[in-house]
Amino acid sequence: MKNSLKEIATGFNSLVTGMRITLGQFFKPSVTVQYPHESLKMPEKFRGHIELVRDPETGKAVCYACKLCERACPSDCITVEGAKLDGAKKKSVTNYILDFTKCSLCGSCVEACRDGAIRYSHEYNLASTNKEDYIMDLFKRLENEGLEAERVGQASSPAGSPGVPPGAVHSSEARPKTCAAESPKAEPPPTPNSQLPGSAK
Amino acid sequence: MIQSIWHFILSLWPEPLRLVLFVAGIMAFVGGNAAYLVWVERKGAARFQRRPGPTEVGWAGLLQPIADAAKLLSKQLIVPAGADSTLFRMAPLLMMSPVLMSLAVIPWGQSLAARNINVGLLMIFAFGSVNVMAVMLGGWSSRNKYAIISAARVVSQNVAYEIPMLLVVITMIMVTGTMNLNEIVVQQAGGFWHWNFFRVWVNPLMPVTFLIFYICMLAETNRAPFDMAEAESELVAGVYTEYAGMGFGVFFMAEYANILLGCALATVLFLGGWQSPIGVFSGVFWFLVKMYLLIFSVVWIRWTFPRTQFYGLLNLSWKILIPASLFTLILTSAMMKLFR
Repeated sequence: MKNSLKEIATGFNSLVTGMRITLGQFFKPSVTVQYPHESLKMPEKFRGHIELVRDPETGKAVCYACKLCERACPSDCITVEGAKLDGAKKKSVTNYILDFTKCSLCGSCVEACRDGAIRYSHEYNLASTNKEDYIMDLFKRLENEGLEAERVGQASSPAGSPGVPPGAVHSSEARPKTCAAESPKAEPPPTPNSQLPGSAK
Repeated sequence: MIQSIWHFILSLWPEPLRLVLFVAGIMAFVGGNAAYLVWVERKGAARFQRRPGPTEVGWAGLLQPIADAAKLLSKQLIVPAGADSTLFRMAPLLMMSPVLMSLAVIPWGQSLAARNINVGLLMIFAFGSVNVMAVMLGGWSSRNKYAIISAARVVSQNVAYEIPMLLVVITMIMVTGTMNLNEIVVQQAGGFWHWNFFRVWVNPLMPVTFLIFYICMLAETNRAPFDMAEAESELVAGVYTEYAGMGFGVFFMAEYANILLGCALATVLFLGGWQSPIGVFSGVFWFLVKMYLLIFSVVWIRWTFPRTQFYGLLNLSWKILIPASLFTLILTSAMMKLFR
């Protein structure tokens, strides 16, 4: 009798405690992010598809088409083309295609890149019903981004771009804010002494 | 001018008009409440879980019930092959109509009740027991194993909880000396310490009595944590498994109408009905405030506690609630014999 009364008392007490806790939660602010209307900022180390890194000084891609990333890619989803422009010392990238349908985000390309010319983007809204949308032209993407950044009036907050490998520090600084979403790829950077990039190939 | 015409009609035809007004009023009230209690439930659930809840249809999701109703109305009522189609179609109505009947005797305000009859309390419990049958018929006639298991559970649950509830009600009838609900409210006039809930000099266990009534009301309306009728994680949707469209919709509305009735009854019996807690400005307003606070607590409980096990449910009734309610009954009668 005594025990069962005690059990009822403790049970009732625990019920009241539970109700107090839920009522406490009731008055706290909601933690939901209403996704299509608002979205979370991706953490710095987020590994999206790769994207080309812009050189802050020239405004062009750091990549000089050494094709190390192309070779590093285990599923053969990167295609790089480069050409030596008039008056330039190095080659520069002219076409950079990522076939994201085959990419498994292993990051070998980013590792292989010697000058940090590619990095992980923060893009994750990639749903599409069209397969062609996943054949990404990263070079064009970089150029469009540059145009956009100019339009926004150089939204210059070069805050150390996340996901950029150490070697790429200088190039990452110039990156416009808007380029949060680019594809991860590895480009072969030139050696510090800047030999002819073409020779790497 | 309009008022004199109104009075003329009223004097000419008092009874039928009263009837029409009651039917229209109660139907509108129950329909509106059922729709918007769903909204309250969803918003409440969301807040307890720190979500925003419905936001898309209308401001703060206020048009959501209308969207839901439109969806349910546009669906076909499918009668499964081999089901008893008459009973199957009848069950939702059997669930809904007793509630509408019972609401006739609830005194919303001093003179606002469809019928002020002397055995109002008895009538509510007489009609209340039809609910069980409706749920059982719904489960049995749909010829579905989950529905039948659920129907069997509901019967044993409701039988178990009707006993302590009626014992509590007998206690209240002894305390008040009447079954007329309006009379019960009138007796509680003049400040909250006159409410039956606080009348500890009549029975020191009055709050416990209220608690027993409240728990039984949750169980009788098949609300969580006693939602054995639906038990969606065990029995698909229990009794409602085979119901589609408005068949399900009416069951759903009846659930909320039952909660409304239960909370209204608890307000009348224990919380002084339309009496003001400070003794002045009594009116319908107070009734609604108390009733909706009780309804909020029902939602609160649902989103706090998980469903009880079936044995726990029956043990709670037979081992705790029935002895406790019997004890309060005996205590009340002893107190009345000794001190009155």
